[in-house]
Amino acid sequence: MARMKFLCDADRCIECNACVTACKNEHEVPWGINRRRVVTLNDGKPGERSISMACMHCTDPPCAAVCPTNVFYVTADAVVLNNKDLCIGCGYCFYACPFGAPQYPKTTNFGSRGKMDKCTFCAGGPEADGSKEEYAKYGANRLAEGKLPLCAEMCSTKSLLAGDGEIIATIYKERVAKRGYGSGAWGWQTAYRETIAT
Amino acid sequence: MAKLVALTRLAAAAIALAFMVTWVAPAVAQQVNPTANAVQEQQLLKSLKTIDGRGTIPDKKSYVLEQPGRDWRHFHQVTLHWIGGIAIIGVLAILVIFYLTRGMIRIESGRSGRTIIRFTAVERFVHWLTATCFIILALSGLNITFGRTLLLPLIGPSAFTTWSEFAKYAHNYLSFPFTIGVVAIFLMWIAGNIPNRVDVEWLKRGGGMVGHDHPPAYRFNAGQKMIYWIVVIGGTAVAVTGYLLMFPFYGGLGVGDMQLAQVVHGIVAVLFVAAMLGHIYIGTIGMEGAFEAMGEGTVDVNWAKEHHRLWLEEEMARVGPNESQTQPQSRPMATPAE
Repeated sequence: MARMKFLCDADRCIECNACVTACKNEHEVPWGINRRRVVTLNDGKPGERSISMACMHCTDPPCAAVCPTNVFYVTADAVVLNNKDLCIGCGYCFYACPFGAPQYPKTTNFGSRGKMDKCTFCAGGPEADGSKEEYAKYGANRLAEGKLPLCAEMCSTKSLLAGDGEIIATIYKERVAKRGYGSGAWGWQTAYRETIAT
Repeated sequence: MAKLVALTRLAAAAIALAFMVTWVAPAVAQQVNPTANAVQEQQLLKSLKTIDGRGTIPDKKSYVLEQPGRDWRHFHQVTLHWIGGIAIIGVLAILVIFYLTRGMIRIESGRSGRTIIRFTAVERFVHWLTATCFIILALSGLNITFGRTLLLPLIGPSAFTTWSEFAKYAHNYLSFPFTIGVVAIFLMWIAGNIPNRVDVEWLKRGGGMVGHDHPPAYRFNAGQKMIYWIVVIGGTAVAVTGYLLMFPFYGGLGVGDMQLAQVVHGIVAVLFVAAMLGHIYIGTIGMEGAFEAMGEGTVDVNWAKEHHRLWLEEEMARVGPNESQTQPQSRPMATPAE
């Protein structure tokens, strides 16, 4: 089985936000929720870099550890998924997440949160693959159709890579070797406790 | 002629050299590493706790790219479990041991049959409003920290979520009457709860918990004053941090502030629960005649004499015993125990 990971090649990201838009459209993500976002560091200064960020599908995920109702499960492809039927919207996964991935629809009074929504690596949820129920709660299940996440597929500069960790690491290493530079695999050390030696 | 040729060669060489320099220079420039001054993750993480940037969506907290620290996770999964477990099980163990060795503290001189008003209806209403809210808040709060380990395996994920969702709403809504109760308690009983010299004496004599000692006390003894201040200070702390958690990220708070609010809320709450276990014990099975104070609002005069002698003297001088009930004729007033 593959070990699915995301890798954003920050030296290629042009902050076009196509990944954000593709994700919202593919999964019909509710208003106010962004499963993926682009963050620009050192904006307007020399050395500026943009990084597309979503759930990194961590090894030993902190969200799963702190969840009071045991919502999270990890698939055979190492994708971290959430069962919305069990979520009570306490917000603890957001406090624990290193990447700010969990999102909550504002459904009720006060600031109280609805059921948590996050990037599924285009792998749906616990319902039957490709079912209506699955789509309504989690969006498309592209992985079940043999396709990779749409954000990476749509990336105009092929900055965002999604797929088996070994393969995308090899692609990134080749790029770095060929062009002679690379600002590293952002978030990998935090998410996977390992990074790509270049 | 030869001289001219040599000169021409020299000039050509100079021009060629000049061309070469101008041609080579951009090539050198192109080999400059464009990431030499680019932001590096490890370098940022070394100098900062979080990596913040700029985004294009309205959600400002999404501009935090990475907050790699796992301190909060460790607090929530390990530290809080230990603090809560030790505090709550520890207090329960002490209470069980105390009950088994000491038993219920009796009214030593027996009931006089004459009562005196201790808490008015308003006072009792405020107490029970706060107490009822507290018990539900405590159970629903402990469920968030300990439920997954203790309750989920027993009732299964679906039932546990139904219960936890209900508990979350109860926790959120009952925080309002609880806060009102804490404020009312603060205002209502502040006069009797300022520490004074009598408390030093009371504490020195261990509150009469060991042996048959009955150190004098006004309306509230030092132990009750401690409970009062735990409720007022602890209640304020859980209310403030609780509302921060209930209205997340208001007023520009970041994820670090939310984590801190949860840490304070969790620690204060479990210690609060532990303290209240002691309060519930002494107000029920721990002491004969104590529950009536908050139950019917009256206490037996002999109970008051033993536990709040100075208050009883004040009250007797002011209003006298509760005359609204028929007093037994045959029984003479018991002699003071002290």
